[in-house]
Parts: sequence; structure tokens; C-alpha cells
Amino acid sequence: MTTVEEDRESTDDWDDRDTDGGRAAASDDPFDRDVLPVPKGASPALLRSLLSPRRRRVWLAAVLLLLQQAAVQAGPLLVAYAIDRAVPAFRGGGHGPLIAVGAGYLGCALASGALQYAFIRASARISQDVLLDLRGRIFRHAQALSVDFHERYTSGRLISRATTDVESLRELLIEGLEELLGVALSVVYISITLLYLDWGLGAAAVLSFWPLYLLIRSFQRRSMRVYRKRSTAIAAVIVTFTETMNGIRPVQAFRRERANDARFGEQNHRHERANGDAILEMARYVVSSRLVANAAVAALVLWGAYRVASGSLALGVLAAAALYLRRLYDPIDRLGMFLNSYQSAAASLEKIAGLLAQRPSVPEPADPKPLPPRPTKAPGREVVFDGVRFAYRTGGEVLPRFDLTLPAGQTVAVVGATGAGKSTLAKLLARFYDPSDGRVLLDGVDLRDLAMLELRRGVVMVTQEAFLFSGTVADNITIGRPDATRAEVEQAAKAIGAHDFIAALPDGYDTDVRKRGGRISAGQRQLVAFARALLADPSVLILDEATSSLDIPGERAVQRAMDTVLRGRTAVVIAHRLSTVETADRVLVMADGRIVEDGPPDRLIAGEGRFAALHQAWRDSLV
Amino acid sequence: MAVTSEPRAQEGGAAPRHRSATRSLLRLWPYVRPVRVRLFGAAGAAVVASCMGLVIPLVLKWMVDGPVAHRDPGGVWLGGALLLALGTAEAALFGLRRWLVGRPLASVEAAMRADLYRHLQRLPVSFHDRWASGQLLSRATTDLMLLRMFLAFPLTFLVVNGVTILAGFAILLSQEWTLGLVLVIPAVPLVILCSLFETRYAAVARTVQDQTGDLTTVVEEGVLGVRIVKGFGRHRSQARAFRALSEQVRSTELHKARLLATLWALIMTLPELAIGAALVLGTVRVADGDLSAGTLVAFLSTALTLRWPVESLGFLLAMSQDAATATDRYFDVMDAEPATAADRLRAEASREPGQERSSREPGQEREGEGGLRFEGVEFAYPDAPPEEPPVLHGVDLHIRPGETMALVGATGSGKTTLTALVPRLHEVTRGRITLDGRDITALTRDELRALVAVAFEEPTLFSATAGENVLMGAADAGTEELLRALKVAQADFVHALPEGTDTEVGEQGLSLSGGQRQRLALARAVVGGPRFLVLDDPLSALDVHTEALVEAALRRVLASTTALIVAHRPSTVLLADRVALLSGGRITAVGTHQRLLRDSAEYRSLMSGQEAEEGERSP
Repeated sequence: MTTVEEDRESTDDWDDRDTDGGRAAASDDPFDRDVLPVPKGASPALLRSLLSPRRRRVWLAAVLLLLQQAAVQAGPLLVAYAIDRAVPAFRGGGHGPLIAVGAGYLGCALASGALQYAFIRASARISQDVLLDLRGRIFRHAQALSVDFHERYTSGRLISRATTDVESLRELLIEGLEELLGVALSVVYISITLLYLDWGLGAAAVLSFWPLYLLIRSFQRRSMRVYRKRSTAIAAVIVTFTETMNGIRPVQAFRRERANDARFGEQNHRHERANGDAILEMARYVVSSRLVANAAVAALVLWGAYRVASGSLALGVLAAAALYLRRLYDPIDRLGMFLNSYQSAAASLEKIAGLLAQRPSVPEPADPKPLPPRPTKAPGREVVFDGVRFAYRTGGEVLPRFDLTLPAGQTVAVVGATGAGKSTLAKLLARFYDPSDGRVLLDGVDLRDLAMLELRRGVVMVTQEAFLFSGTVADNITIGRPDATRAEVEQAAKAIGAHDFIAALPDGYDTDVRKRGGRISAGQRQLVAFARALLADPSVLILDEATSSLDIPGERAVQRAMDTVLRGRTAVVIAHRLSTVETADRVLVMADGRIVEDGPPDRLIAGEGRFAALHQAWRDSLV
Repeated sequence: MAVTSEPRAQEGGAAPRHRSATRSLLRLWPYVRPVRVRLFGAAGAAVVASCMGLVIPLVLKWMVDGPVAHRDPGGVWLGGALLLALGTAEAALFGLRRWLVGRPLASVEAAMRADLYRHLQRLPVSFHDRWASGQLLSRATTDLMLLRMFLAFPLTFLVVNGVTILAGFAILLSQEWTLGLVLVIPAVPLVILCSLFETRYAAVARTVQDQTGDLTTVVEEGVLGVRIVKGFGRHRSQARAFRALSEQVRSTELHKARLLATLWALIMTLPELAIGAALVLGTVRVADGDLSAGTLVAFLSTALTLRWPVESLGFLLAMSQDAATATDRYFDVMDAEPATAADRLRAEASREPGQERSSREPGQEREGEGGLRFEGVEFAYPDAPPEEPPVLHGVDLHIRPGETMALVGATGSGKTTLTALVPRLHEVTRGRITLDGRDITALTRDELRALVAVAFEEPTLFSATAGENVLMGAADAGTEELLRALKVAQADFVHALPEGTDTEVGEQGLSLSGGQRQRLALARAVVGGPRFLVLDDPLSALDVHTEALVEAALRRVLASTTALIVAHRPSTVLLADRVALLSGGRITAVGTHQRLLRDSAEYRSLMSGQEAEEGERSP
């Protein structure tokens, strides 16, 4: 009759703003358009690779469904048998056919219920295993992809691959597919049965599918248009809504409420219209398909009745046909809906396949080499940039070829304007990027030959964005070294000057950072990030503007910690505040990707170069 | 969709409620009222259509027992025509139903959404601090969609199906009551079992949703924190955590599937058993000549028609329950008091104890009260536990007309909070703030916010052109002012953007760097030449060179306004005439930079980091 899901609107579409939204710089970079190159046949191949380990279960489910539909569709056949055979037999005193009908119906009813139960469970196992597998693959793959991919693909898209797109596949797998298969199978069964019962009636029923098919096709085409319009409209509503709520302070401070009401009202109205269009489109489809179905039933019953009346058809066959025809046309309403969810799932699968087809540009070595063992008293490790050049794959050279040696234990400050290439230098050293040419060596071993775990134990980078994971403060610090004891965690926090504020939190180190009361400021987050790095105890430490959110006392505390605890590690410090620089052994001044000055801070300050000028300006601001 | 399970907001959102579903749903009436005629008309059409479906088997019976049995091909035509007419009418009426409610319900949804948005914009900032925007968004989208669907389907079909079932049973029983009973009786346990399972199923479905939310959190964190995960080589443990969670989701989903399988098995088996019994019994009666073959066919056909109405009751009820929850969630937000409502209460409260305030009526400027003045200002967050000391207590500060005051204090001392009090983004808990002698609570928010311009620490740009973003600061400013403000904020980079000041920025437009956004936000604050200027660390994201340029230009603007500037760096402090030191929730020192450097150890430590070791720091 009618289903309820028919105009459930997918609000998930709002990540479409990445694609639909007017990214001002419309470029040819595939990343900007969210269309990763998908190798031909990648998405069927992905589907195959997901299903093939479960081949047996898939077959089992298919057989269960075949049997289940057979049991379900046997009913009207038994009705025909009862009317045409059992009634005359009973009149003649033969109870056999009636008992057979009763037993058959009982058997079919029980079998269809049991088979349905078994099929749902089997297919749930398959779809859940597929989803588990797929989610895991996306997650692991996203983690394996290199940082430059993450920077270009944007977190929003990556997250929607792992959530929205998986979700639309889930909907298809759980809600749509078995329905779709069930419908297809029942259509086949019923058509065959009708043909078997009466060739003419059957052929007429099969012919009636032609207009229905045309209807479904035109609905597909038209609905895709209105649905797309609706999802663009809701995306606009959502963007304005979130933007307002996230920026409520400026909204109120600059009295934007009324202007916003008008703007939102317009977008909301556009969505209302598109939504109405979509609902009416669905109504048109449901009504016209029902009209065709009802007319077909009337015509077929008429013809059948006429033939019974004229004696060329058995009454039971007419009864069975009437029952079958109702069943035949019942699911047509829902078919349009499921085809839609199938289409969106196919699009999602394609996007996921595109993501999974990306190869990490910083691969794990096939044959890792170990680092030479480090004596306990050794001052860090030596870093050598050997003929290194770095350019993005899209072109655009960031660092022209250069050589640089950082002796073990040296603290090197890197300064320069935004965009001078300081961060790129740091990321090469942390192997977030690989150089386009040349090698980066740690104690003589190419970073590309080191196992990731070994590299990460040796080289740790603390960045400006101090992200905290959900969990306790202690959890966040032990990311640096999972086997650390609480005492070690506290020691690290104390050394960096973070202990006081952590101890003052409602549950101290066990405070959940996402819960209320855990209002942790940007500066405090950075202190936690430092404690994490300290606990990891690396031989090479990179600080990329890691003190930018700290106030001056906080910065001093960090410097003191570096002087004491990190003394004897090789350290690269990038900072735009020069107070950090004074404690360095050596300063590199970068401009346009080149190292333009290199020397101990005193000597540079005494000189006439850029650093001397910068330093003077900074000195002046202190007075 | 993206995870919205910000625990903070959940505390605010999931208040324990024991309201009945009907009571909740009745609150929708004001929104439904405008479309009530169409809604009732649609329900009427559906009832008629549904009953037509019940007449079809009767026609079938008439055909089988009449013309067919009497070998009268001519009579068959009449029956066929009747069937066709009924089928057409049924389809047309169902179409009419959808056509009647389609657009009206879309507009109910839109009206509710517009109301929600309008209301949210006027709620105090403290409300938004408690509620994650994702929580609000899910109310504006998913919940409202659920409500529209509830109005379109469960609400109508609970009535329609109820009527259909009763009518169908009446037809069955009136034709042949013994056979009717065989079909009617199993319906009772079926409905009960269905609604029982639907309830359990809905509970598991919600668990799945929650767990999927947790899973999404791990995904988001894995992506947002990817540099840390990589930097510490923690991708294996992250992957393990993810795997554990997704296996949890899987097992809950399988549990859900088990329930669903049982439900379906029941739905498949019970009615079939009844129909089978009716078939055997009916065949015997037909054979005995007690029953016509046509009646048996009609019976089975009616039973088939009634299957959906009976089966659907369970999930229609479950959907109504969901809609009730969605309504509660919607009104949780709509019931929050807008800032202006709180004012009325405050006004009433302050009027009661005598007329002591009347001597300070607005407009009466008193000698020496010019400029921006804080008097005994106390502030505690509305959601802070009562035993927690207020963030600010007893702040007294006077910024003279035309003066620029820098506000300095350690991290977490409440500087940003203090600045938010001036444009009344937060309300003073006790004490008062005056602008040129007028209490800010005596001004309307619009007047106040027209007087005071603000730049926030976190510069937010909206989806509009760069020029529009700046001109938000002053309603009547023109191109000339725009250019001047851009110059002051050293935001001339705007002219180099693809379309100059007409370039779209914000979430939908070109993404700008932190420093660029900060300069645009600063331009927005200074564009109208505001009388009062409140700047929260306006230069933090700028590099040393740009900072110096902005400072030089800003100095000229500051000369003609009364300004409060939160500062972290000595260079910013130098913009100010005097400095106020905020410490322990009150102003502990006011004076020039030089004097405070000389007299205040705390100030010295904040500005230079020297002498920071004051006992507490030593391990």
C-alpha cells in the first residue's frame, strides 16, 4: 500500500558544500573539486574484494532468499488447488487433497517465517562484516596517507567519506538491498507461476510491466533533478545556520540578527519549495504507478472472469491470479525509493574507491634498516639534509636544492617570514613529506629506510595546533609513550610547567578534556602537547611555532624545560617570537625557501643582516 | 552525519523528561493550525481510499458468485468496469491526499525552522556556550524532518489504518462470522507482539546511533589529529581503538537484525497461519455448500488487504514516539529565554527595592562619568556551580573619554570575559557598566551595540564578500570608509584578491590565513569610527613586521575613541595610554606601562617573563 520512508530527506548531503559550494578559486586541481581520479573499475573491484571473503555466506543468503520467496508465493497456488481440486474431492468424500492443502499451507507459512528469519540474520552478517571491513580500510588508509594529502583533501571531506558515504552504503545494504532483491525475485516467481497457471493471463501480466518500467525510469530521471536541487538547498540552509551559531558573538555584537533572518528566510524558503517539489514528484510517481497497477488488475480480472464465465478457465485459477496480481503490484511504490538509495550508494562507493586508490606518498619501507644504537650519554643524533629539494607534485618549488648538517645535540632556531619554507623544512625532517630530490639522513640512515615506529621514537614534532583527543588529560600526555607510569606523566607535566593548571582541573589528570569544567585554553593545550613530547623522550625534537599561544611566562617555562630536560637532544625550533631564539646554539634565517643567514645568535645579532634587524625591532618592543 | 555528541551540550539537551508523547505532540498545534483544513481533508481522502480497497474484494465476490457462476459473460463487463472505477478512485484519492499535504507540510517544516533560527540568534551567548552548534543543527534538520514525516504519515495512518481494520473486520464478520473470527483473532497477538518488538527495536536502534556517533568521533579525531598520531607513531593503537568501537557497532547491529528477523518471522507466519486455517475451513464449507466460492475468494482477498494496516501499527506507534522525542528536543531550545526576556525580569526586580536607581536615569550625564566605567562588576557563568568563585568580582575601572586602556593579565584571568560584558554578550552578575554615564542595561541592545565596536580574539568571517564583512561594523558607511578601515588594519591584501573587495570569503568562499582574517575583523571594528572600541588581542596572529604597520595606523584611530584593548605583548600595550592589570578576578593595578613595569612584579613577569619564579613555580 504505502510506505513511510519515501521522502526521507538526506541531510547528510551537506558535505556537498565542498562540491556545490562556490569555492572561489575554481581550479583544475582535482582536490578542489572533490573528484579524486578513480581508476577504471575501481569501485566494482572494491565491491568484489569486500564480498569475496564472504562468498559462501553470500551464496547461503541467496539460496535462503530463493527458498523463502518460493514458500511465500506458494499460497495462492494452494488456494487454486483447494477450489479446483479439494472442493470436488471433498464432495466426493476424498479428504486427501484437503489435508494436503492444509499441511501445505501450514508448511509454507512456517517455512517462510523461518527462512525469513534465517535470511535476515545471514544478510545482516554479510552487510555488517562488509561495513566493518570497509570502515577499517578507510580509517587505516586515511591514517597511512601522508600529511600533504591530508592538507589538500581537507578533513571535512575525509570525515564524510568515512561517515556519510559509509552510511549511505549501510542504508542500501541493510534497508534497500534485500528489499530490492525480494521484489525482483517475487516478480520473477509470480510471473512464472501466472504463466504456468494460465499462459494468457501470465503473458498479459508480464506485458503490464512495460508501462511500469517506463514510469520508474522517468521518475528516476525527474527525481534525481529535484532531489539534487533539494540537497543543494538544504546545504545552503545548513551552512548559514552553522555559521551563525558558531559566530554568535560577532552576530550579536554587530547586530546582524535581522539581516540574517532575511537571508536565512530566503534560503529556507528555497528549500521549502524544493522540498515541496520533491514530495509532489514522489506523489506523482506513486499515484501513476498505482493507477497502472489497479487498471492492470481490473483488466486481468475482467478477462479472467470472462473466460471462467465462458468456461475456458477454472475458477480456482482466477482466484489465485487475483491474489497474485495484488502481490505483484504491491511493492512498485517502494521500488522508486530503493532505486534512489541505490544510486546514492553507488556514488558513495565511487568516492570511497577514489580515496582508497590514493597511494601514500610517504610509504613504509619494504626492507627497513635499524638506526645505529645510541649510547645513553650521546647528545641526540646528527641530521643531514643531503642535496634536498622540495616541490609539490602540482609544481611550485618550495625549497630549492640545499645542504645542511645539524650536529648531534645542537639546538637550531629557524626564523623567517610566513611562507619562507620553515615548516616545510621541519616536515621533511619529521618525514611528513619526502624530498623531491636528495636525502634526509638521521645518523647516516635515510629516513625513507627507517621503519615508521623507529623513526617516530627518534624524531618528534610539536606543532602550533595543539589538538587534544577525547579522553583524560593523562591519556593525552601518554600518547607520547603509552607505557609511561602516572609518576612519569606528572614529572613531564611539572617539567614543562603544566602541572599546576592540570592539578587545578576538577579531576586533575583524570579530567575528561571534552567534559564541562575542562575548559582548556589554547595555551594550556600547547603545554599538554609539550608534556607529551617530553614524555616521548626523542633524540630529535622539532618545535614548529609551538609556543605561539603561550603567554610570556608560559613561554619561559617551556624554555627552561628545554634548557634542562631536553639539553643534549638535537632540536629544531621554529618561532616568530625571538625570545626563543636567544637560547639556541645556532640560527638559520630563511627567505623564499633559501637559508640566507646561518650562525650563532650572537654573531648574527652583531652583524648587519636580516636577523640583526629583526632582533633590534623585537628588542625595541620590549622596553 | 558528522558527530554532534558534544557532551557539554548533551547535558543541556537531554534533560530527564517524563512527559507523555501525546502531550509533547500537542505542542505542535500552533504550527499545524494554519494547514489544519488540508491535513484533515487529506486524512478523510485516505480513509475513503482505504475503504475502497476493501470494497474491491466484495466486487470480486459478486462477480464470482453472480455472472461467473451463472455463465453470464455480459455481467462480467459490469464487474470489470466497477473494479476499474474503484481502482482509479483509490489511486486518485491517495494522490489527492499527497497533493493536499505536500506543500503545506513543507511550509510547516520551514516555519518551524525559521522560528528556531530567529529564536537562537536572540538567545544569550551563555546559551550558545553550553550548546554545541551540531546539537542545534540536528534540531533544525533531522528533528524537523522527522516531525514533517510524522504529520504526513503516522498521524494520518494511525487513524486511517484504525478505521480500515475496523471496517475490514466488520466486513469479514458480517459475511461469515466463524470464518471471520479465525482471521480476526490472530490480529490481536500480532499487534501486541509487533508494538512490543518495535519498542525494543527502537531502543537498540538508538544505541546503534550513539555508538556510531562515538565511532565518528574517533574518525574525526584521527583525521584532525593526524599529525600527532603520525608524529608519535600511534596509528596502530588508533586503528585498534577504531576496530574495537566498530566491532561494538557491528554486534549491536547484529542484535538489531536479530530483533528485526524475529519481528518479520512473526509478521510472515501468524497471518499466513490464520489464512491457511481459513482456507481449509472455507474449503470444507464450500464443499458442503454452506459457503459460495466467491465469498471464500473475497475473504482471502480482504485478509490480504488488511495485512498492511495491522502490521504497520507497531512501527507507526514507534515513529510517533520518535516524533514526540523530536518535539521535545525542539522545544527544549525554543523554551530557552531570549536575552531580552531576562531584561524584563531584571527590570522588575530592580524596580522593587525602592527607587534608588532612578537618580541614574539614562541621559543624565554627570560630571566625571564620561568614558567607559566599570563599577563593582562581578561576573559568574550562569552554568557554573554555585560554590565556584565568580570569574570576576569587584572590578572597578574607569577609562576616560578618548583614552586607550590596555588590559593585561595571566592566561585564564578573565580578560576576554570582561570585554564580552561591554556589548552585553554576557550579563554582569552584579555591579554595573556605564558608557558616558549611562548604564548599559538602560540602553537597548541595538543602541548599545551601535555605540561599541568589537574585535574578537577568534576572528570570524561570514559567507559574504570581504567588503560586506567589513561594512557589517557600520550600517551607513560607504566605500570611502571601507577603504580607510582596510588601510588602518593593513588589510590592503584584499585588493589583490581575485575580485578585490567583492571576493567571497568565509566558509563558502576563499579561505584566508589567520592573520588575514584578523586584519579584516579589525577593519570591521574600526570602520564606522565607533565611539567605544573593545579589542581582544587584535594582533596576535600577525608577524612582527605587519604588527608594527598596523600599530602605527591604529594609533590614529585610537586617538579619537575610547578603547579597551586586551594585550599579551609589550608591543600591543604600547598602543595604550594606560594599562590595567587583571589578577584574581579584579583590577589590581592601573598605570602607565613604565610605572607598572617598575611597581608590579606580576606585570613585569607577564611582560618580560623575568622574575617569573615566585615561589609557586619552584618544584
